[in-house]
Amino acid sequence: MKSSLSWSEYIITQLVRVSGYSAIVFVALIFFFLLREGLPIIKEVSFGNLLNARWYPIEDYFGILPLIGGSVIVTIGAAMIAIPFGLGSAIFIAEIAPRWAREILKPFVEVLGGLPSVVLGFLGFVLLAPYIRRFLALPTGLTAFTGSLLLGAISIPTIVSVAEDALDAVPKSYRDAALAMGATEWQTIWRVTLPAARSGVLTAVMLGIGRAIGETMTVMMVTGNAAIVPTGLGALFSPVRTMTATIAAEMGEVANGSVHYHMLFFIGLVLFLISLIVNIAASAVVFRQRKRSERILS
Amino acid sequence: MKKTVRLLSLLLVILLSACRGPSTSASQAGPQTEESYIENKGSDTIVNLALAWAERYQELYPKVRISVTGGGSGTGIAALINGTVDIANASRPIKPEEEQSIEANGKHPVEFVIARDAIAVVVNPENPINHLTLRQISDIYSGKINNWKEIGGEDRPIVRLSRETNSGTHVYFLEEVLRLGDKEDKTLFAPNTLLMPSSEGISAEIRDNPNAIGYDGLGYVTPDMKMIAVARSADETYELPSKETVNDGSYPIARDLYMYTAGDPSGAVEEYLAWILSPAAQEIVSELGFVPIISK
Repeated sequence: MKSSLSWSEYIITQLVRVSGYSAIVFVALIFFFLLREGLPIIKEVSFGNLLNARWYPIEDYFGILPLIGGSVIVTIGAAMIAIPFGLGSAIFIAEIAPRWAREILKPFVEVLGGLPSVVLGFLGFVLLAPYIRRFLALPTGLTAFTGSLLLGAISIPTIVSVAEDALDAVPKSYRDAALAMGATEWQTIWRVTLPAARSGVLTAVMLGIGRAIGETMTVMMVTGNAAIVPTGLGALFSPVRTMTATIAAEMGEVANGSVHYHMLFFIGLVLFLISLIVNIAASAVVFRQRKRSERILS
Repeated sequence: MKKTVRLLSLLLVILLSACRGPSTSASQAGPQTEESYIENKGSDTIVNLALAWAERYQELYPKVRISVTGGGSGTGIAALINGTVDIANASRPIKPEEEQSIEANGKHPVEFVIARDAIAVVVNPENPINHLTLRQISDIYSGKINNWKEIGGEDRPIVRLSRETNSGTHVYFLEEVLRLGDKEDKTLFAPNTLLMPSSEGISAEIRDNPNAIGYDGLGYVTPDMKMIAVARSADETYELPSKETVNDGSYPIARDLYMYTAGDPSGAVEEYLAWILSPAAQEIVSELGFVPIISK
């Protein structure tokens, strides 16, 4: 009896450990696979062609700049919408809203987060794009801006729920102390609670941006998929082609092992590296700030 | 304990043999008395036609099961190369590099012309333009003409719509319209051409946007879009696409539709392809807005 208990305990411990480490293993495997399938492109396609402004793979134009630019501009647009709205509603839910409003708002935000992106994309294509074309008098409503609006809507729930949890975890004593020293409610939120929850809030923003840059179906349906290198903010109101939409639209046609196939994996690699850089930059910021605050406190 | 092991292994053997059954029969089935399974994939232009054929054929021969999926001509041929389908549908001829990929697997692609199709150039019904020459359409899509007033329309920017590059319709339009059939011509679509992932994407934008111009197979044109009459040059007559104008060759943007197999077809696949070329099956072709091949 006793030995069987210790056995099962041993097995469970090992299982938990393995599932813990598996995250690292999977990321490493994916990275390795992307490298193996994507790197041959450096030999197959000249550097000049890769940095060209033309993406037209069926005639061997493999300029990746319009795709990177497209993803970046759509994501920046989405971030400009999602960060203020997301943090605003997180602050409202965590700090200002009365208890009953909070009980209603939280589940609604979570339902919004569970909305399939293809549904949003369809709504965007059928309703939002025609409206944007008329309202802004654009040649077409299928623009980066349309994509940004929808991606903003997709990433807001992520930002709200993570940031709200972070704000909620700030000890009540912080707020009490600030209020006792004569700070207004706004000063308490802006100067005390938000900085104290900094690392969680930043994580929320990063997750939101990650959600936006990786989103595929919605952008493929509403951004028009025209591979133009965006120049300046005006490009927000013209069509773009993102990296994710390119992979999704073209992966079906490529023959295994062809130049185009390696190119799509190379795009995947670039996408992977971009989100890695964003994540590392974010955690570096959090790390530095925390060290500083620890120094001050000690 | 031993009993369960024996039982399990018995079950495994049964399952395995059950799995082997249908997959091998497709290649060796003789007459349609044997169960067989045909996998058919490719061109979105052909998918409705292929579905109609598959439905009728399965009514006639209930033992044959046919699965039809779309995705684009390139997708279908890629699947044929990877060996996951029996028949690939394509709205363009196979490319040399695709042919090489199949031959690298030790097989030779076999081509069947199964129907003809006209590609209609469509605009929003509000657009006053009624007819264009091939040259004008080419200049619009290559980016030389950017406003409708340059060809006698309203002062509106032109929004060009195209299918994605994995569509056979895209490749055909590039070669025969944009480059006017000149193999040396390296003209490309203007970079700001919108590439729509589906035929429905083009239809929806055409219906909504008076700036837009698009193209798609005749079978996909609905009454709420306006078709453009096309002429080879300004001194020839402008023709709207129809069965008649495609058959007598007066409508300039028409093409053959294909099915491909890897290696000479045999068994159920061979019988199915023979039936598709029969008059009974070709009747379905004209029902769906395509042009049958026999009545040439």
